[in-house]
Amino acid sequence: MSYKSDTKILFKNIDRDDSHKLAVYQGNGGYQAVLKAYGMQPVEVIDEVKRGGVRGRGGAGFPAGLKWSFIPKDDPRPKYLVCNADEGEPGTCKDRDIIRYDPHLLIEGMAIAAYSVNATRGYIYIRGEFYREAEVLQGAIDEAYAAGILGDNCHGKGIRFDLAVHRGAGAYVCGEETGLIESLEGKKGQPRLKPPFPANIGLYGCPTVINNVETLASVPDIIANGGDWYAGLGVENSSGTKLFSVSGHVNKPGNYEVELGIPMKMLLEEYAGGVRGGWDNLKGVIPGGCSMPVLTADICETVTMDYDALAKSGSYLGSGAVIVMDKSVCIVKAIRRLSQFYRHESCGQCSPCREGTGWISKIMDRLESGKGTPDDIDLLLNVCDNIQGKTICALGDAAAMPVRGAIQAFREEFEYHVEHGRCMVG
Amino acid sequence: MRQIQKDPNAGTFQFSETALGEIEKIYARYPAAQRRSALMPILHLAQREFGGWLSQEALDFVAEFTGIAQIRVYEVATFYTMYNLEPVGKYHVQVCTNISCWLCDSDGVMASLNGKLKQEFGTTSDDGRFTLVEVECLGACVNAPMMQINDDYYENLTPEKVSDIIDRLP
Repeated sequence: MSYKSDTKILFKNIDRDDSHKLAVYQGNGGYQAVLKAYGMQPVEVIDEVKRGGVRGRGGAGFPAGLKWSFIPKDDPRPKYLVCNADEGEPGTCKDRDIIRYDPHLLIEGMAIAAYSVNATRGYIYIRGEFYREAEVLQGAIDEAYAAGILGDNCHGKGIRFDLAVHRGAGAYVCGEETGLIESLEGKKGQPRLKPPFPANIGLYGCPTVINNVETLASVPDIIANGGDWYAGLGVENSSGTKLFSVSGHVNKPGNYEVELGIPMKMLLEEYAGGVRGGWDNLKGVIPGGCSMPVLTADICETVTMDYDALAKSGSYLGSGAVIVMDKSVCIVKAIRRLSQFYRHESCGQCSPCREGTGWISKIMDRLESGKGTPDDIDLLLNVCDNIQGKTICALGDAAAMPVRGAIQAFREEFEYHVEHGRCMVG
Repeated sequence: MRQIQKDPNAGTFQFSETALGEIEKIYARYPAAQRRSALMPILHLAQREFGGWLSQEALDFVAEFTGIAQIRVYEVATFYTMYNLEPVGKYHVQVCTNISCWLCDSDGVMASLNGKLKQEFGTTSDDGRFTLVEVECLGACVNAPMMQINDDYYENLTPEKVSDIIDRLP
């Protein structure tokens, strides 16, 4: 049983043998969409993507076409296109599959995006640990150059587009777009204040479009089939298909491509093999990567996987990383682990985040080890208040939201830890 | 806090011919006026060339080689955790213990490595063969638990598989 049309855009090729090779990609219609785009006016390409309504798949959900339209047209500076492949949000591992199984899909999406904003140079910023994935990507780029798809005369149309891979070196904060740009410039990946936005002052002080891998990989099909076709997939405000990385306590963890709007229960039960021990054994789900608040089982029963429904339920779609926890999980322990992560990854630039993530982590350690006091729970909320909305980038919010969400949904477990000095479960 | 350290045994540094060729290619990726963008790739390369870690002497060499101020090189090297600021073993074993791996028993993976190698996390074995570390999410969450050994991922691990993988390392 599958949800709606079972249309595959991002994973349409990944089951083919040698799906990463140019010949296979072209043998299945690859690089036809970019040729179509080259026959259109750049603004028409942007309009088509706008009509499709694809929203940023990295976590922020900003409409891609709109982002592209912000690039100034009569501006003498060079324009840049950057792909964010710094996939680091815990629970998320979807971009990796696009890169290693269908790198040409990404390259084609980037070629189209670059053409639409008149960018002649693009970079794929890939997390440093994805060493083998970067090799696959480089191999695909080399193939594309050799075939005249990239370079100074793309497809013989007199269009220039150079593309290179740039490896990160282990900093979660570089997934934030301006941190990434700093890093690409050879600096510490400390995010910039916005505005100015990258569309005006981005890489090397020039107008820059920066999109996630999955967003860019959606573009060839939008151009090939039209924005209206794409907008017909999914639900209102959440068009298209999405990759969900389902991990944790399910019987068949994996990356699944489905239309947005799928009921979470269906995603877990029909696609991911069901919750370990059965649906009734479900405790909670983090629906969009570890920076998002956890949802309780009763919300999971009815919520649908789209931007609006998840926001209404008290969490977010984020990167589409669905982290499933069964009843054996101690929420306090889980949050403690996440708070260590944010403490480790805070870039140290903003005091509320640098100090606050340390505080949260320390208090969580205390609670988890049974040394917490009754005031600690409210102290945690107080620290969250002092981080959220008070930092340059969203890492601070990301550190606070899961803590706040967990206290809201599972306060009794925190209280149990304080009173009994141990987990409520197990 | 990640600190830079001196290497009392540091000799003189020199990139190999292959590395120099690679560096040419790296520079070509960026606009001529933006050579600083090459710093991270060159540091990756330097780490491979100079024994798997970057001592202060190695960083100073990179600074001189690239014409980038030492302090800028230090900043970058200390900011990014993949630049090793102390020697690591022949096999750099990094176990993810973040949420998805933790839910899928990364504790078991760690225990298996502890038992197998008789070594604590955060240490390098006396024979220089293994460095064991716990790391943050490596982005293979649907195949949890997982670990990385040097450039390669090992996924869908069980304690038995871990033991097997270690046995098969050359």
